[in-house]
Amino acid sequence: MGDPQTIVEKIWNKHIVHQEENKPDLLYIDLHLVHEVTSPQAFEGLRMKGRTVRSPERTFATMDHNVPTIARHFISDPVSRKQMETLYENCQEFNIPLTDIHHPDQGIVHVIGPELGLTQPGKTIVCGDSHTSTHGAFGALAFGIGTSEVEHVLATQSIWQAKPKTMNVKVNGTLAPSITAKDLILAIIGKFGVRFGTGHVLEYTGEAIRGLSMEERMTICNMSIEAGARAGLISPDDTTIEYIRGRRHAPQGEEFEKAAASWKALATDPDAVYDAAVEIDASEVEPQVTWGINPGMCLPVSGNVPSPDSAKTGAEREEIERALEYMGLEANQPISSVPIQHVFIGSCTNSRLSDLERAAKIIEGKTVHEGVRAMVVPGSQSVKSAAEEKGLDKIFTAAGFEWRDAGCSMCLAMNDDIVPPGERCASTSNRNFEGRQGNGARTHLVAPEMAAAAAVEGHFVDVRSFFTSAV
Amino acid sequence: MIPIRQHEGLVYPLNRSNIDTDQIIPKQFLKRIERQGFGQFLFYNWRFDENEQPRVDFSLNEDRYQGATIMVAGENFGCGSSREHAPWALQDYGFLVIIAPSFADIFYSNCSKNGILPIRLKETEVQQLMKKAETPGYRLTADLEAQRVYDNEGFEASFEITSYMREMLLNGWDEISVTLTHEDKITQFEQQRS
Repeated sequence: MGDPQTIVEKIWNKHIVHQEENKPDLLYIDLHLVHEVTSPQAFEGLRMKGRTVRSPERTFATMDHNVPTIARHFISDPVSRKQMETLYENCQEFNIPLTDIHHPDQGIVHVIGPELGLTQPGKTIVCGDSHTSTHGAFGALAFGIGTSEVEHVLATQSIWQAKPKTMNVKVNGTLAPSITAKDLILAIIGKFGVRFGTGHVLEYTGEAIRGLSMEERMTICNMSIEAGARAGLISPDDTTIEYIRGRRHAPQGEEFEKAAASWKALATDPDAVYDAAVEIDASEVEPQVTWGINPGMCLPVSGNVPSPDSAKTGAEREEIERALEYMGLEANQPISSVPIQHVFIGSCTNSRLSDLERAAKIIEGKTVHEGVRAMVVPGSQSVKSAAEEKGLDKIFTAAGFEWRDAGCSMCLAMNDDIVPPGERCASTSNRNFEGRQGNGARTHLVAPEMAAAAAVEGHFVDVRSFFTSAV
Repeated sequence: MIPIRQHEGLVYPLNRSNIDTDQIIPKQFLKRIERQGFGQFLFYNWRFDENEQPRVDFSLNEDRYQGATIMVAGENFGCGSSREHAPWALQDYGFLVIIAPSFADIFYSNCSKNGILPIRLKETEVQQLMKKAETPGYRLTADLEAQRVYDNEGFEASFEITSYMREMLLNGWDEISVTLTHEDKITQFEQQRS
């Protein structure tokens, strides 16, 4: 028996192709996910040098960032259309499997990877997208890369990486009823800041994490990048294995049982040493709402917007002032008093079936508040059809929500799903950066239930009041 | 990739922390399939108003910073999205060196693949440079070989960079060509696993 190891070390050591002193390791990549926005220049680079894709069978493409979520038979924006056609042609040329806009499996890359069973424990997974950290929920080492690295992985199925530091993010206790994974990850980033994870892979551990479903774990790992960490993961357990069982690209039958045993052995050993550690008590977490222009600027829904006077440094003061100005908020204003004009339920953070089910529970029998435009964008066409089988679409549309096709949509507003300047959106996505949902748009990040409750009331409310007031 | 060994240039200070890649290049410009031509969209929503006119209150639009090639910024520069369009836009606009107390991991790596030199200095040094760069015409030299930043007024600071990244930038290597010299090892790895 060697020294106790973290899951990161175990996965790392199994993927080293080449190692030499004073250099990063050359790491083998098991799964390369590709989408239309960050890949065209990479394919063009291959062509210019007369190179090819080394392992098309380890590569999988979808269209998500740019796709329309309504009337998708014709893409009216010629630049968007060209980008999607380019991906189609590149996948044809290099024999890469693609779920294009008309494919029944199409969806957000970080939703369909797990859904199709492509995402598995112990894999190294990359994608030209920072939310690749999502796949860490399965105990995979998954991280976002730039387009030059996309080209490198296409050509060599490997990547040069310095071994990252590890950080244990231990979540003690259990979440209170109606408190979600989204509230937990926002609370973690709110407490430790938007750069505490820089240079590290976060491993989420503790009782509260073990109690989460796979979809909830994906919400947690998804936002690791918002804490500065390129990757975040959770050691596999029975919940992980049961989620993967029977999925299309998962091993089947006896092979599956063998794989499952090896997956469980990946879990971090007791007494393994991390480079750093933080702790949080889950039982203290309340429903969260972001008030500012980065995900660390968040509050419990019962809280007030901070005042520049609360700043500890001049730089922090300026940051609060700039955020208040951009967001059109007053210092010390209760966050619950803020009226909203848009609600977006979707994105790779919160667009899976359980997210939609929980939001539907809040919205059922109620109506979207006057002056609010509310939209549900399922994470994949499969999520969409599963939700329709359960009648969720009818619940949402009866309440006044729009029910759309799958895509990234209003999370980054690359398609037509845009929040106009100065207007406010309760959004289940992951980034409240300036202009993220449209130039001048004001984003408040929340959980799906909180977004649904805000849609009904026209402002933020503690979603728990929806349960207590029920007769 | 064009090598970068030593660079002397006009300094532009942008004293904000957590500048994310959505600010560096907003999403509406990510639909193009080329690598070139992104400089015109750099910091687009900060540089231009809703009528596409330059905003007078954004410092990059000021005369004294025209032609700047070195940017000094606050902590966690380049956080958020992995879009390599961010370094492409910075470089196409003219920036070859970015100095900050810290960078987001993916952005830092993306710079090194494009011949942009990201330099981490201490917070106090960065703040010193912010003040100095208020003076019109303030110039700095970044010397990658010596891992030093200096001006002609006595400011001098050293910085850390991994030897791998230093070599890549100094030589302007195409990383894929380097990796392909190890192709036999990749093949061997694949055979051993199957």
